[in-house]
Amino acid sequence: MRLSELGHHIVATVTAVEDAGAADPIARRLRDLGFVAGELVKIVAHGPVQRDPMLVQIGYTRFALRRAEAARVQVTPEAA
Amino acid sequence: MSTAALRIALVGNPNCGKTALFNQLTGSRQKVANYAGVTVERKEGRVLTPSGRVLQLLDLPGAYSFDAASPDEVITRDVCHGRYPGEAAPDLIVCVADATNLRLHLRFVLEVQRLGRPMVLALNMMDAAARRGVRIDVAELQRQLGIPVIETVAVRRDGAAALIARLDRQDLPPAPTVTTDHDLHIAVRALLAATVTMPSRTGSVDDALDRITLHPVFGLAILAVLMFLIFQAVFSWAQPLMDGIGAGIAALGALATQSLPDGALKSLLVNGVFSGLGSVLVFLPQILILFLFILVLEESGYLPRAAFLLDRLMFKAGLTGRAFIPLLSSFACAIPGIMATRSIQDPRDRLTTILVAPLMTCSARLPVYTLLIAAFIPQRTVWGLFNLQGIVLFGLYFAGVTSALTVASVIKRLRKDKSEHALLMELPSYRIPNPRDIAIGLKERAEIFLKRVGGIILTLIILLWFLSSFPAAPVDAALPAINYSLAGRIGHFMQPLFAPIGFGWQICVALIPGLAAREVAVSALGTVYAMSGSDDAVATQLGPMIAHQWSLATALSLLAWYVFAPQCLSTLAIIRRETGSWKIVAIAAGYLFALAYAGAFVTFRIASLWS
Repeated sequence: MRLSELGHHIVATVTAVEDAGAADPIARRLRDLGFVAGELVKIVAHGPVQRDPMLVQIGYTRFALRRAEAARVQVTPEAA
Repeated sequence: MSTAALRIALVGNPNCGKTALFNQLTGSRQKVANYAGVTVERKEGRVLTPSGRVLQLLDLPGAYSFDAASPDEVITRDVCHGRYPGEAAPDLIVCVADATNLRLHLRFVLEVQRLGRPMVLALNMMDAAARRGVRIDVAELQRQLGIPVIETVAVRRDGAAALIARLDRQDLPPAPTVTTDHDLHIAVRALLAATVTMPSRTGSVDDALDRITLHPVFGLAILAVLMFLIFQAVFSWAQPLMDGIGAGIAALGALATQSLPDGALKSLLVNGVFSGLGSVLVFLPQILILFLFILVLEESGYLPRAAFLLDRLMFKAGLTGRAFIPLLSSFACAIPGIMATRSIQDPRDRLTTILVAPLMTCSARLPVYTLLIAAFIPQRTVWGLFNLQGIVLFGLYFAGVTSALTVASVIKRLRKDKSEHALLMELPSYRIPNPRDIAIGLKERAEIFLKRVGGIILTLIILLWFLSSFPAAPVDAALPAINYSLAGRIGHFMQPLFAPIGFGWQICVALIPGLAAREVAVSALGTVYAMSGSDDAVATQLGPMIAHQWSLATALSLLAWYVFAPQCLSTLAIIRRETGSWKIVAIAAGYLFALAYAGAFVTFRIASLWS
């Protein structure tokens, strides 16, 4: 599933970051920020309007991603 | 020992505490400028080591990666590679990493290491790491990276002593051997596994605070209260200081010129130089109070949270959450607002914010609004609850905000580069702001304002004095002296252009000195109508006078004009400074003028039909 669809406080593993179009700078930046296969992520907060942007915890860092940005990240939720 | 100062570049991820470390190392021996041709700040400082060596320290902009995504990162990359025009390659790179956030920061450390230049790793915030139970095997990290690793606590006195001691040694650390066969992320994971033990849970303080500050309801409430406080402070705390500065400069002017005979020289000094100086310095208290709040909020880590809460709303209007603080500041004065746009990384978002900032109703418009509303809008209660005058004032503020949002979305439509704007914003850990870093930040802002903006404003004000004073009125003058001056002539000349929006020649004449600062238009109107006395006295006499002479349509038209008009030269000067482009200044002035004219025209025509 996509990171943008992940529920609140559910831990998931990143499987891939997909480019939206050729040489997508945002996808490249996401990888630079540590969104790479095997990392654990969790949504810890949402913006007040239309639940956008979302606050993603990866390692000990928190990133605010807009939904379109989070949709580039493929994740697998941990079995509860 | 070589006599040339060793050139050291300080690099690191954003939020690694690099600037605090720079302040700790250099103290107040800093020089802030811009890189040639761009508006990225170039900060350089000198460090005198205990053995008497002079080190030249360059604080490069924070970067997540050499795969640059912003003008800041391009500079960091090019300087580190030694290919930035006009910057010599650094002799030594000090890479700073937040010890509590090595998973993110080590990747960039490895990227820097692969440059193969002599480097030192400063593991910053070791105190916070220890508190959180992060344990780092520094010796092993040093062995695996092949570079010296030094612990620092940038916010503690002597927290950089070990780093200074290492920099003081005669020998440069050897260039690390570079292996590029590994993927950086795999290398980071291997390093972390070998050298860092982390507790399973960290950042419980951040978790707790974020649960409140980012809450959809409480978060917005806290933000609203904070904004209210800032407004209060900017408007009420600054007032006595502003009055004091105004009176002080006027008294100084009187004292300095009392022995001079009346004449052009005295008038130049009193009405040109000293009143010009006064109208520059009078902004300083508001700017400093505003920046004090902004710096504290920024250092504490709250600012990105505010941007997070508002991003969706602002994004719809073609802006970004980060534009919130600059636009808020512009309610006090567009000058600090435009200066604050430096925190917006995407150049397109920054430009849009700069262009719409003058539409926020700044405090200099208030005296004009107050005068016209008191003179033309009756004191009447509407719907049993609201004061009509208050509603009109609110309407003027509201018109400013809506037009800013509309203009921003038009800019978004017109822009050729439609590629997605990224938010991708790190929300750093909360920190208690360090007084020294705040003080240095404030000093920088004050210097930028006084040196660069002050110079331009002062020049323009003296020019305007010249226009309003020459040629002098004939001895048997029937009209006030300003009518015979160049400004008066220009006013009369402009009148046909402004007749369709209902402005008489008196208003046209008053608009010219009003270019220096909007509120000056009130005293200029007083001059045109030949009144004298203090500003307050003029305003009280002026109200009934213009109520008698102007039509309601003219007054409303002037109010509408003031919502948009680009008649603050200081704002145009700061736009020039922050964008480095006269073209942008022309675009800003042009569109604001067009809006003002159109707004006043429509208002005048509709109001004329009505009355």
